[in-house]
Amino acid sequence: MSEILRPQNDADIVEVVQQAAAEKVPLEVAGRGSKRALGRPLQTAGRVELSALSGITLYEPEELVLQALPGTPMAEIEQVLADNHQLMAFEPPDFGPLLGGAGGDGSIGGTLACNLAGPRRLKAGAARDHFLGVTAVSGRGEVFKAGGRVVKNVTGYDLMKLLTGSYGTLAVMTEVTIKVLPRPEKTYSLLLYELDTDQATRAMTRALSSSHEVSGAAHLPAQLAGTSKVSYVNQAGAPVTAIRLEGPGPSVQHRIQALSKELSDLGTHEALHSQNSLAFWSEVRDVLPLVAPTDRLIWRLSVPPAAAAEIVSRIMQTVDDCFYFLDWGGGLIWLSLPPADDGHAAAVRGALGNGDGHATLFRAPENIRAAVPVFQPQAAPLAALSQRLKQGFDPLGLLNPGRIYQDI
Amino acid sequence: MRMPDPDRSTIAAKPQIVADLAEIVPGEGVIADLDELRAYESDGLTAYKQPPLIAVLPETTAQVAAVLAYCKTKGIKVVPRGAGTSLSGGALPLADGILLGLGKFNRILEIDYDNRCAVVQPGVTNLGITHAVEGQGFYYAPDPSSQIACTIGGNVAENSGGVHCLKYGLTTNNLLGLEMVTIDGEILRIGGKQMDSPGYDLLGLMTGSEGLLGVVTEVTVRILKKPDTARAVLLGFPSAEMAGDCVAAIIAAGIIPGGMEMMDLLAIHAAEDFVQAGYPRDVEALLIVELDGPQVEVDHLTEAVSRIAQQKGAVSIQASRSEDERLRFWAGRKAAFPAVGRISPDYYCMDGTIPRKALPQVLSRMRELGEHYQLRVANVFHAGDGNLHPLILYDANEAGELERAEAFGADILKLCVEVGGVLTGEHGVGVEKRDLMGEMFNEADLNQQQRVKCAFDPQSLLNPGKMFPQLHRCAELGRMHIRGGKMPFPDLPRF
Repeated sequence: MSEILRPQNDADIVEVVQQAAAEKVPLEVAGRGSKRALGRPLQTAGRVELSALSGITLYEPEELVLQALPGTPMAEIEQVLADNHQLMAFEPPDFGPLLGGAGGDGSIGGTLACNLAGPRRLKAGAARDHFLGVTAVSGRGEVFKAGGRVVKNVTGYDLMKLLTGSYGTLAVMTEVTIKVLPRPEKTYSLLLYELDTDQATRAMTRALSSSHEVSGAAHLPAQLAGTSKVSYVNQAGAPVTAIRLEGPGPSVQHRIQALSKELSDLGTHEALHSQNSLAFWSEVRDVLPLVAPTDRLIWRLSVPPAAAAEIVSRIMQTVDDCFYFLDWGGGLIWLSLPPADDGHAAAVRGALGNGDGHATLFRAPENIRAAVPVFQPQAAPLAALSQRLKQGFDPLGLLNPGRIYQDI
Repeated sequence: MRMPDPDRSTIAAKPQIVADLAEIVPGEGVIADLDELRAYESDGLTAYKQPPLIAVLPETTAQVAAVLAYCKTKGIKVVPRGAGTSLSGGALPLADGILLGLGKFNRILEIDYDNRCAVVQPGVTNLGITHAVEGQGFYYAPDPSSQIACTIGGNVAENSGGVHCLKYGLTTNNLLGLEMVTIDGEILRIGGKQMDSPGYDLLGLMTGSEGLLGVVTEVTVRILKKPDTARAVLLGFPSAEMAGDCVAAIIAAGIIPGGMEMMDLLAIHAAEDFVQAGYPRDVEALLIVELDGPQVEVDHLTEAVSRIAQQKGAVSIQASRSEDERLRFWAGRKAAFPAVGRISPDYYCMDGTIPRKALPQVLSRMRELGEHYQLRVANVFHAGDGNLHPLILYDANEAGELERAEAFGADILKLCVEVGGVLTGEHGVGVEKRDLMGEMFNEADLNQQQRVKCAFDPQSLLNPGKMFPQLHRCAELGRMHIRGGKMPFPDLPRF
């Protein structure tokens, strides 16, 4: 790893990429570098960070759009939005602490490139669903734009979708436009205690199948509930299942009563109000219950929500000393496993069975991430197509080569 | 509208191609007779007509794969088609191409209430999905006006919207998985019942790709529980500008209504004459704001919206008092297109999106353009998301009127781009807006999009002549001009 290049503008980026092309020297591309430990490790001579390309370039709250340079800190965007009673509805997590960093240092470019999504995923979608327009420099060293700055647009291919979740392997973003939405006036959460994982999955399914517009559904086994800073959660001494409702005050009050009644056969309930509810969901969002001990492996499983309990139980049968919690009503399983050279990949991916779903080795030492496929391997025809797409943007394989899969 | 030059040898080989295809799709699945082919000669954009060389109506994914692999081998162009309701000519056939109709893929394969999704074949209609799940209180959210007829496969191809998409999203936000077939005849499964997938987001890329990248043979959609109740509020304003201000104020107050539509005087009167929806006739602009959710929320927001409207100068405010009345309020809006069809022999529906704040400017320019072209225009507008549907009134039997209407439409779309908007909000580029793509994108932008096409279909056999004004050869697009190399990399200038 030689040096960090911090381009000041689009022209600098074009130059860096063109030079890299001329020299055939691959580049590591990052926003502010807070998620460098995510994905397959890179071995590039050059490293580009976009931290100098920072700043909100346009914000029109009434149009629900915000435009920013890719290195703009998430904290800055969140603050400006909060001042205007708005937010990024996909509830972007801060994975800094989980990935061994300080936290609070993510960028909008990195958030989009990794397609982040928080607990509201099940109602509001992920970063991909809020990415309206982009200007970027391809691995060919050419500037291109796609999308627009309005919330509804189907002109041309949706290249924003391709760039979200591409981990910087297709192009270096130079400006992005996202959709923003009003901040919910109130947030309450209904806590259900003492449900085992199977019961909790069913309870969340019932809540999500109601008309109450649930915007978060998570389940923490007793041990992890104990790590919360929210007293209603850490003093439970039992598993805690949380269902979040957001919206105008009278509506939230009505819905929480109605939901509590509908789930009254499931034992004791408690309601978390504003501050406590916000605090709890940010812990879930940032996966704080699993940050420590830091030497453990973290897996992220995205599965059909109703299958969560069954998949967890299969993993528990093959791996000892396993912690986990559920988000997205069961659709997201966060798993903490003891260190192992093989990352327990076979046990984890095997537990998915033949059904839908995939597993990502989200936190592991570099050598393990180099040896174990970090992202679920794709079927051959899909892998071949992904490779052809990569070539269409970055034919020489200059940008973050191997970050997702060995060949893209 | 110029389409790619027909390939004479393909046309000459028709009898052999028909015979070959009949081997793949037995029975009545291959249509070669010109009279029968006329049924497919145009889609919802009726100004363009072209019967296909042959229509093929497969029934299984294996047949689709075999047809596509055959066409690839023979170099035959393929135009996929759902119900043919595209308003941009997305399913316009080619004289030397096969029309691949997915109408026989009309089964709902699975409804999984626990995972809140349905797995359906692409020929199922948009409304058909809702009908299949409404017994359990669920529905499929995107609701394009053509939802009785349009198919979910077509919705995926066009990334269809509807009046509720400000709150509930477009097609792309309501899909979980696809099965698709590439021009190579390869069957790909993308996504599933989980909420995301590793690798590049092909689900997102396919949605809105207008049939240029692959043929969708199965779709997994999210289904939602129906809101407890809904109420529509009619707000009348003395000017469109004031109505636009009111929309901005509603959103600024943190309210995202289930639907928020605007109609101008001409559209109001046409609709009122047609269905007697109860609209005020003495206003220049009418907003229909729908609020949905639990009763208490709907009441709370109805009050808030009415208060904002009053502050913004609404001269009439009417909240629906019953489900019948709510549906009547909507009936006028939903019948706006046919209503305009009653006052003019023909109309041409546009679909640009603008930043909402540019509305006064765009409306006043549109009036000037109307005078210039000597044509009337009725405006229907998804006000919440800035998606305009100007309906240009013309008479195709009057010499030159269609051409004037088209020129007027093109000017409107250029205007949308000029004020920071886009060519199409939900109808797609198709053939209609193809030659306007250069207004919004430069050559580098379009070349990058075509390189995506090259990754799927390097011979450009799938729906050629749509979306891109000019087709480049993939080999040419793939060439990379490396310049520089004078400085060794470690000596790059520090930034």
